[in-house]
Amino acid sequence: MKRESTGDKLFITINAIVMFLVMVIVLYPLIYIISASISDPMYVNNGDMWLIPKGITFEGYERVFRNMDIWTGYRNTIFYTVVGTLINLVLTIPCAYALSRKDLEGRNYIMVLFIFTMFFSGGLIPHYLLIKNLGMIDTPWALLLPGAVSVWNIIITRTFFQSTIPRELEEAAEIDGCSNGKLFVRIILPLSAPIIAVMGLFYGVGHWNSYFGALIFLSDRDWFPLQLILREILIINQMSDSAMLGGAEAKAQAEQARIAEIVKYAVIIVSTLPVIAAYPFMQRFFVKGVMIGSVKG
Amino acid sequence: MDTIRPSTDAPLRLGKRSRAFKRIWKNWQLYLFILPALATVVLFSYVPIYGVQIAFKNFIATKGIWGSEWVGFDHFIRFFDSYYFWDLMLNTLGISIYSLLVGFPIPILLALGLNELRNGFFKKSVQTITYAPHFISVVVMAGIILAFLSPETGIINRFMVFFGLQPIAFLSEASWFKTVYVFSDVWQNMGWGTVIYMAALAGIDPQQHEAAIMDGASRVRRIWHINLPGIAPTMIILLILSTGGILNVGFEKILLLQNQLNMDSSDVISTYVYRSGLRQAQYSFSAAVGLFNSVINLIILVAVNWIAKRKSESSLW
Repeated sequence: MKRESTGDKLFITINAIVMFLVMVIVLYPLIYIISASISDPMYVNNGDMWLIPKGITFEGYERVFRNMDIWTGYRNTIFYTVVGTLINLVLTIPCAYALSRKDLEGRNYIMVLFIFTMFFSGGLIPHYLLIKNLGMIDTPWALLLPGAVSVWNIIITRTFFQSTIPRELEEAAEIDGCSNGKLFVRIILPLSAPIIAVMGLFYGVGHWNSYFGALIFLSDRDWFPLQLILREILIINQMSDSAMLGGAEAKAQAEQARIAEIVKYAVIIVSTLPVIAAYPFMQRFFVKGVMIGSVKG
Repeated sequence: MDTIRPSTDAPLRLGKRSRAFKRIWKNWQLYLFILPALATVVLFSYVPIYGVQIAFKNFIATKGIWGSEWVGFDHFIRFFDSYYFWDLMLNTLGISIYSLLVGFPIPILLALGLNELRNGFFKKSVQTITYAPHFISVVVMAGIILAFLSPETGIINRFMVFFGLQPIAFLSEASWFKTVYVFSDVWQNMGWGTVIYMAALAGIDPQQHEAAIMDGASRVRRIWHINLPGIAPTMIILLILSTGGILNVGFEKILLLQNQLNMDSSDVISTYVYRSGLRQAQYSFSAAVGLFNSVINLIILVAVNWIAKRKSESSLW
């Protein structure tokens, strides 16, 4: 390796500093949230706690775990995530495999049908009316079925099959008189573990984090996913907090505000924990997914 | 491959059509693989496209989509003539162009910088940490924004007071809304946005760099003349995709951050469709507004793609 010139050395140093700053900017709010969740809200609110937990208390977590809405939301979200992702995978993987086969007559026409929906849609209102006409409002189906297929994910999965399954495998299967169904179950599926993991994660995180479908289609609190409960705790309460209050009312609501404050950060941690905890293990799968997608976007 | 295979069929001299039929028949199970996904897309994407005709009708629930009477472009004209039309357009365009100008170059710069880091551990750390916020849900993200920017208790304002500045009520002042929206997005997604560029950078032939080093090219020059052109096709594709969605601003986040006080600069076409359509049940009118949005998007996408195709090698189709 050639020795670096002075200019290059300077560049390397500045670049490293900038990258370090970027890392700090992203990391700081994350650390702050964790610290705030176990600190006395008094110190959080007046700015005394700005990095390291101060006046350590677990009251926030206690209140979160005593809140039945959060438990119900958690249970529902796990249900939507598990069942929803299974439906996604059952629809996506075989379809993408079939579309990856060059000997499939008319596959380009089918692809056009799929891809067109990425660029044009009927919009929110016709979508809502359809779900209403199908009688899915206030049922979990409204969250499980409409997004059951993501065209983008089909494209990624198809690219994976095109680049990993050798054509000879299919020809050999054909010569041996192996049907496509058998070929898929016995040979293709065992080779697809990486893409199933990637797709499971893409779809799974999507289900875990989504709120809008539930907001417009569900009114029965027993079916609310976690994100809708979070919306009430983090957004709606917060809004009424920051609204101007009269002197006497302010005092009465001070305690409520303190509780809201202490619960806020704990609830962020509790709801995001499953995704964040799994994140270091999932990261390379996600990255892989994006990279497969980028081969031919 | 295709030139070898016909040997089995050729002597039979089957008609072209019956051969195609034979090929379909041979793979009938593959069509079954596609059927459920295709049915889902037809039901949940194409049926609403058919249903968008209510934009040209006076939709009455009891008469159904088909039975309601036609009114032509009445709803569109009402929308274009309304006093809030230009507010909505300017807010929508304002937020998306602002996002594009800030949000598009930052991942590129970050990827180029990351690519120059030679300490593997440091590079991995920066990547892992900057990717993480991408997985935070939009509700939690909005909650974080509200908590951090609160004028009384938010940490950002605490810092500003500490440095002798006046606290700012970021979410109650309309003028701050777009900045809050754009930079919170940058914080959440800049790291993740680099993934695709890192992949493109990894694909650049190292020989180009070796040759440039021989010629005495500095790092900055090599980034400019080798890395940047190397990722240009990826940049163009992503630029086309994001301009195609220029009127599809991050609706879910805006809806969560919107309040009476910032409405002047936070009300965009999609939040307006949500409010007038689902909250006030003006189905036909809102469907018209939504359709206007989709059509403009499609036109911009096709136009930008056409320009990209003429000016460079890269395009979507």
